[in-house]
Amino acid sequence: MICQECQVRPATLHFTKIVNGEKNEFHICETCAREKGELIPGTSGGFSIHSLLSGLMDFDSSSKGQLAGQCSEDVHCEECGMTYTQFRKLGRFGCSSCYKTFDNQLDPLFKRVHGSTSHAGKLPKRSGVKVKIKRQMSDLKQELKERIAEEEFEEAAHLRDEIRELEKQISQES
Amino acid sequence: MPNLRFTEKPLSDWMQKGGEYSDVVISSRVRIARNLIHHPFPILANMEQAQDVRNQLTEVLSNQALQDLGPFEPLLLDELEDVDRQVLMEKHLISPNLLNDSKSGAVLLTDDESVSIMVNEEDHLRIQCLYPGFQLQEAWERATQIDDAFEEVVDFAFDDRRGYLTSCPTNVGTGLRVSVMLHLPALAIMNQVGRVLSAVSQVGLAVRGLYGEGSEAIGNIFQISNQITLGLAEEEIIDNLHSVVLQLIEYEQHARSRLLSESKLRVTDRIMRSYGILSYSTMMDSKEAFQRISDVRLGVDLGLIDKASVTQMNELTIMTQPGFLQKTFGVKMGSGESDMYRAQLIRNTLSNVNVQD
Repeated sequence: MICQECQVRPATLHFTKIVNGEKNEFHICETCAREKGELIPGTSGGFSIHSLLSGLMDFDSSSKGQLAGQCSEDVHCEECGMTYTQFRKLGRFGCSSCYKTFDNQLDPLFKRVHGSTSHAGKLPKRSGVKVKIKRQMSDLKQELKERIAEEEFEEAAHLRDEIRELEKQISQES
Repeated sequence: MPNLRFTEKPLSDWMQKGGEYSDVVISSRVRIARNLIHHPFPILANMEQAQDVRNQLTEVLSNQALQDLGPFEPLLLDELEDVDRQVLMEKHLISPNLLNDSKSGAVLLTDDESVSIMVNEEDHLRIQCLYPGFQLQEAWERATQIDDAFEEVVDFAFDDRRGYLTSCPTNVGTGLRVSVMLHLPALAIMNQVGRVLSAVSQVGLAVRGLYGEGSEAIGNIFQISNQITLGLAEEEIIDNLHSVVLQLIEYEQHARSRLLSESKLRVTDRIMRSYGILSYSTMMDSKEAFQRISDVRLGVDLGLIDKASVTQMNELTIMTQPGFLQKTFGVKMGSGESDMYRAQLIRNTLSNVNVQD
């Protein structure tokens, strides 16, 4: 059987398409199938985990309305030049700075994929020291706010000193 | 001149060792994804940038800590023949992705091939440890030590909140993928494999075929791995997989003992038929080969056949694949021809009775 599209090569793909209840049979060759953008089973291309991910990222523009979607698409990463549209299409980041650039869009994505938005595992030994201190500092700052709100100034002053001490450590580290 | 030793033997040394529950768990694997800061990820890197990353990562191999954990020998993908690259993939030392899509890709291997570190795959660095049998904890400990040793000399992309930054959002956080390769023939014979595995996917684990993402389950071999990498500590991820796999082992062992008690004659017949077909066929496609090898392997595990060994079956699983066939016979072959060569190789292997274990 000859391909019904190009009438030259032998038809190697045979399939039935049902669109809106209308049934059509196709007998075409692989080249024409690719040109027509048919999904060929058993070949890569067509479908991957990354195309699935871009599906997961689409929802934020639909739920927050057109405007939010448009704004975020204009953002591009200063370091590697990747735009949000590209990121959505590829399903992959271009460099580590992309995480900061697209930060606003990432929480819903990570929630869907991992059920969580922040890391709870291993810290790198060298740069991790700073991260540990930072984690400690943000805890202390939170407590400081609470103390001030409750007008426990003596406690608050104590906390402020602790935070200053940690700040010193950080500047020594770097 | 790249070292060709890695593509000449079918079985890596680590595979010869056995390990816990090795009748069901063929191997345990831990993979950690890491990236360097201030370098674009491989997906966007140009030739020069990719080369730069590869140079940096191969240079640090001389570092003492990495020497102690290795030593590692770098193989640059662009210096290898097509067939050698194919063989590395068939031995699970590199991924199909590194084989097909990488720019300036490389793999850093230890002598026994239990550690393979891919450079410029989807991420700059993918540290992979493979252990025989059920040894997730051991594999993790080795991988994390290697991670630390790299971190002594290079700066990894790490974010306070998001953890280790990876190219694909599905790996962010720990960058950790742990997986086990399971042989579940008894569950397959009893038609329970679908039910069991769909339960596995409901607890957040992924089930795949022999060659990972997108590959089909052949020869009753299944890969189970974690999906979630963010929000859990590494130990939790490993524990989760560990406990699910323990259950699967129990199911499979239960199914095996039921096979023995309820239909020993029928199972023995199936195993001996497969052994006969492997021993005398003149043409065999890879799908049938996998299935027959699986049957014989089950026979060895159940003590129903003494003419073959598990090592032999492991060897055949690797050797009957296209790259290795081509390597063994030294000819390029079409699919009809490879069926003939495959059958020949299996006949030869089985007639050289060399049962060691």
